[in-house]
Amino acid sequence: MIADGVEDEEKWLAAGIAGLQQNAFYMHRALDSNNIRDALKYSAQMLSELRTSRLSPHKYYELYMRAFDELRKLEMFFKEETRRGCSIVDLYELVQHAGNILPRLYLLCTVGSVYIKSKEAPAKDVLKDLVEMCRGIQHPVRGLFLRSYLAQVSRDKLPDIGSEYEGDADTVVDAVEFVLQNFTEMNKLWVRMQHQGPAREKEKREKERSELRDLVGKNLHVLSQIEGIDLDMYKETVLPRVLEQVVNCKDEIAQYYLMDCIIQVFPDEYHLQTLDVLLGAFPQLQPTVDIKTVLSRLMERLSNYAASSADVLPEFLQVEAFSKLNNAIGKVIEAQPDMPILGVITLYSSLLTFTLHVHPDRLDYADQVLGACVKKLSGKEKLEDKKATKQIVALLSAPLDKYNDIVTALKLSNYPRVMEYLDSETNKVMATVIIQSIMKNKTRISTADRVEALFELIKGLIKDLDDAFHDEVDEDDFKEEQNSVARLIQLLHSDDPEEMFKIICTVRKHILGGGPKRLPFTVPPLVFSSLKLVRQLQGQEENPFGEEESTTPKKIFQVLNQTVETLSNIPAPELALQLFLQCAEAANDCDLEPVAYEFFTQAYILYEEEISDSRAQVTAIHLIIGTLQRMHVFGVENRDTLTHKATGYSAKLLKKPDQCRAVYACSHLFWVDDQDNVKDGERVLLCLKRALRIANAAQQMSNAARGSAGSVTLFVEILNKYLYFFEKGNPQITVAAIQSLIELITTEMHSDSSTPDPAADAFFASTLRYMEFQKQKGGAIGEKYEPIKV
Amino acid sequence: MNFLIEAFKPACSISIKFSDGKTRKRVPIKRENGQTLLAPLFRNQENIAGKITIEPHQGKRIEHNGVKVELLGQIEMYLDRGNFYDFTSLVRELDVPGDIYERTTYPFEFSMVEMPYETYNGVNVRLRYVLKVTVSRNYGGSIIEYLNFLVHNYSPPPSINTSIKMEVGIEDCLHIEFEYNKSKYHLKDVIIGKIFFFLVKIKIKNMDIEIRRRESTVTGATNHVETETLAKFELMDGAPVRGESIPVRLFLSPYELTPTHRNINNKFSVKYYLNLVLVDEEGLRYFKQQQITIYRLPLQDT
Repeated sequence: MIADGVEDEEKWLAAGIAGLQQNAFYMHRALDSNNIRDALKYSAQMLSELRTSRLSPHKYYELYMRAFDELRKLEMFFKEETRRGCSIVDLYELVQHAGNILPRLYLLCTVGSVYIKSKEAPAKDVLKDLVEMCRGIQHPVRGLFLRSYLAQVSRDKLPDIGSEYEGDADTVVDAVEFVLQNFTEMNKLWVRMQHQGPAREKEKREKERSELRDLVGKNLHVLSQIEGIDLDMYKETVLPRVLEQVVNCKDEIAQYYLMDCIIQVFPDEYHLQTLDVLLGAFPQLQPTVDIKTVLSRLMERLSNYAASSADVLPEFLQVEAFSKLNNAIGKVIEAQPDMPILGVITLYSSLLTFTLHVHPDRLDYADQVLGACVKKLSGKEKLEDKKATKQIVALLSAPLDKYNDIVTALKLSNYPRVMEYLDSETNKVMATVIIQSIMKNKTRISTADRVEALFELIKGLIKDLDDAFHDEVDEDDFKEEQNSVARLIQLLHSDDPEEMFKIICTVRKHILGGGPKRLPFTVPPLVFSSLKLVRQLQGQEENPFGEEESTTPKKIFQVLNQTVETLSNIPAPELALQLFLQCAEAANDCDLEPVAYEFFTQAYILYEEEISDSRAQVTAIHLIIGTLQRMHVFGVENRDTLTHKATGYSAKLLKKPDQCRAVYACSHLFWVDDQDNVKDGERVLLCLKRALRIANAAQQMSNAARGSAGSVTLFVEILNKYLYFFEKGNPQITVAAIQSLIELITTEMHSDSSTPDPAADAFFASTLRYMEFQKQKGGAIGEKYEPIKV
Repeated sequence: MNFLIEAFKPACSISIKFSDGKTRKRVPIKRENGQTLLAPLFRNQENIAGKITIEPHQGKRIEHNGVKVELLGQIEMYLDRGNFYDFTSLVRELDVPGDIYERTTYPFEFSMVEMPYETYNGVNVRLRYVLKVTVSRNYGGSIIEYLNFLVHNYSPPPSINTSIKMEVGIEDCLHIEFEYNKSKYHLKDVIIGKIFFFLVKIKIKNMDIEIRRRESTVTGATNHVETETLAKFELMDGAPVRGESIPVRLFLSPYELTPTHRNINNKFSVKYYLNLVLVDEEGLRYFKQQQITIYRLPLQDT
C-alpha cells in the first residue's frame, strides 16, 4: 500500500516534470520569437503543473525548482521586453489575465520583480500588492512555495537602507513590513498543514512539515539581513511582531522552530537588549514545546557572547540578564508543570553556565541557581532518569570547570544538596570528577571546614550510601576510585599544624565509616599524612606558644594508634602491622619511648594473633627486625624484650631457610654501628651460629627428603654476615671461624650429593673475590683480612 | 458558356462608400460563417453620409423603377428565423425610374440618425444596422446591396456607483462576506474586491469568480433565456480558515463583453452577473450570483 504510494508519487512527479518541460519548450520558442502572448500562455501552462496536490513536499520541491529555473529565463525576457519599450505596467496587468490563480501569481511575482527593478513604481507598492495577492493561495504546500518564491525574487529588491530601492516613499519600514507579512502568512499556512488531512497521518504530516520549515524560517533570515533594522526597530517592531505570530499560532513545531530561529539569526546584542520581550514569550508557548533546548541555546549564545569580549559584560549587568533569565526559567517551569525533570535540570544547567561566564564573581548567583534546582528536585525520589542524572553531573561540573578550583564550589551551599539527588552510581562519578578537578589543578584545601565540605561532597566514594552494597561494582573501578581518594587525602595540607591536625581528624572521622573494603585504601594515606605532620612538629621547637591544647606529636600518635587499630579489625593485619611500625619509627624520632613501645607491642600482638600465613610472617618478621634495628629510643630493658621476642619469632618460622635468614637478620639487632650501647658481639655470634645450625639442619632435611643436599646459598649468606661483623670489628668473629666456614662451604660444594647451583657458585665466588679485593686494598681492613686464606 | 454566366450576373455592381470612410474607425465583426471583417463604427445621432456608385457591366443598360437607399436597424431572432423586426427604417430616394447607362454616383445622407441600440450578436438574437441599396426593376428582380455597419453607444460614468457587499452563508457550515468595489463597470474596468471568511466548516477546494451573460428573448408569447459563462477566473486555491480574506482583482478587458442591454425594443435583454463559486472537495458547488451593469466608456471600442 505504502510502497504503491511511493511509486505512484514517482510517476506523478515524472508526469509533472514531463508536462513542465514540454510547456517550457514552447515557452522558449515563444521567447525566441518575442511572442509575448504565447510566452505567457505556455508559461502559465507550465506553471499549472505546480497545481498538483499529489506530491509530498519533498517531491513538490523538485518540481518547483525546475519551474523556478524556467521562471528565471522568463524574468530575463520580461526585462528585455521592457528595455525594448514594452510597458512594464501593461505586462503587470497582462499576466493577471491568467485564469488559474497559481500560475497567475507566479507570473505576477516574476513580473513584479522586474517592475521593482524598473523603478516605475515605488518598490513598496509592488511588494505590498504581491504579498496581498498571494493570499489567494490557501493550500499550505502550494502557498508556502509560492511565498517562498516571492521571498526569493524580492530579497535583493527590498527598500533597505543603502539599497537602490530606498527612496522618499520607500523606507526600511516598508521592507520590514513586507517581510513580516510574508512571514506571518507563511507561518499560518505551515501551521495549518497540521490540521488538515486524517489524524492517522499525523506523523507523516509532521515529517512533511519539518521538511518545509526552512521555507518559513528563511523570512527571519531575510529580516536579519536587513541592514536598516537597528536595535530600536528590532525592539519596537520586528521582535514583537514575530513573537506575536509565534505565540498566537499555538503550534508546537512552529513555536519550537521559530523561537530557535529567532535566537540563531539575530545578533546577540539585540537579544541582550530585548531579553524581557523575548523571555516573556516563553511561558506563553504551548506546554509541549521543548523550551529547555531553545532557552538553553539562547543562554549558550549569550554565554559565548559574554566570553567573546570583556567589553560586552557591562551590557549584561546593565540589563540584569541573570535575574531576567532566572525569572523566565522559573515562569516557564511553572507554566509547564509536566516538564520532565530533565528539562528543568537542563535549563538550570544552562543558566549556571551562563552566570559562570557572565558573572564569574557572583558566586551567590551560582548558588541561587543550584538552590532553585534543589527546590525543584525536592520532594522527589532519587533520580532514576539516566539523562537527568547526566545533566546534573554537567550542572555540577560547570563551576569546577570554570573556577578550576573546588574551593569556590565548596562555598556554594546548595552544591552538596544537589548531589544528594543523584543515585549512588552517579554520585560516585561526580565525586570522581571533583577529585580529578582537584588533582588537575593541584588545588590546596587547607582548612578543616573545607575538608569537611569536600568530604560531604564526595561521600559517595567514602562510604556506602545505600544500604544494599552493589556487588556488581567492578573491582578495578573500585580500586581506581579509592586510589583517587587516597591521593586526595595526601593533597590536603595546611602549614598550620593546628589546622592540619583538625584536617586529619576531619578526614579520619569521614573515612572510618568507609567499611572494610575502603579502609585499606584510605587509612595509609591518612597515617602518612599524620606522620608528615609529626615530622614537621618534631623539627620545630616543641610547642612554641606553650599552649596546652596545641597539637603535640603525642596527641597525633594517640589518634594514629586508634586509626591503625581499625585496620586490624577489618582485618588487614599485614597493613596494620606495617603502619604500626611506621608509627613506631616516627615515635622513635620524637623520643617518645612509651609510644614507640606501645606501637611495637601492637605490631607484635598482630603478628602473634592475626598473621598466620607463613609467607606473611616472613615479610612481617623482616619488617619488624628492620624497624627495631633502627630504634634508638628504647632503654636496655625494653630493647631486650623486643629483640628477644623478635629472635623468638624468627626461630619459629615454618620453613628452615626462612628461619635461618630471619635468625641471621636478628644478629643486627645486637650490633648497631652508631649506637655504642648496642654492640653485643657475643649475641651476634650466637645468632650466626644458630643460623648455621639451622642451615645445616635444612641441608640434612633436604638430603633426607630428596636424596640430595640443598644449595649452599644459606651458608654463603651466613658467610657474608660473618664478614660484615668481622669488618665492623666484632671481636667474637674470628679469622678461624671464617676460615672454617669457607672450608665448610667448599666441602659442601664438592660433595657428591650436592646439587649444582650456578647462582650459589657465583655468589660464593664473588664473596671470595671480595675478600681477595679487601686484602689487596691494604690498610686496616687489608691487614684484618690478611690471615684469611682463600 | 461565358454568355450563360453573363446572363446570371447582376447587371451592375453597387458600391457604398461613407464619406468619412478613410478616417472612420473600423471594428471587427463576426459574420455568420465565422469570419471576421472590419466594419465602420457609428454612434447614435451621427450623420451617416456617403456615396453610392452604380456601374453597369459592359455597357449594359439598366432599366429601373427607381433607386433608393435604406438605413435599417433590425433585430433578428434566431428562434424565429426569417423574422426581422425593423426598429429603424429610413429611406432616401436616389433616382426616379429611368435607365442607367453608365457609372452613376449618388450622394446620400441620413442626418442625426436615431440609433438608440448597440449592435449585438448574441446566442439567440442579433441586432444589426445595415444600409440597403435597392435598384428596383420590373423584371429580372431588383438589384440589392447591403452594407453592415456597427453602432456603439457610450455612457458617461454613472453618477451613483455603489459597491456590492453582501454576507451569505449556510448555517453552521459556511459564512462569507464578499465585496466588489462597484456595481457598474465599464468594459475595460477591473473588478476589485475581497472575500472574507467568517466561518468555514466545509473543505473548500477552490473558489472561482465567473462572469455570466444572461440573454433573454421574447418571441411572441414565449420567453427564452440563455446563459453563457464568459469568464471563469480562479480566485483561491485551497481551503481558507476563519478570518481569511482573499483579494479579487479581475480585469474585464480580456473578455468579450458588451454593455448591459435592458429590454431592447421589447425583444431582448442582456444582463451580466458575477458568480462567486466555492467548490468543496466532493465537487459540490456553493455559489452566489450578483448582477452588475456594464457600460461603454468612450474610446473603448476594440
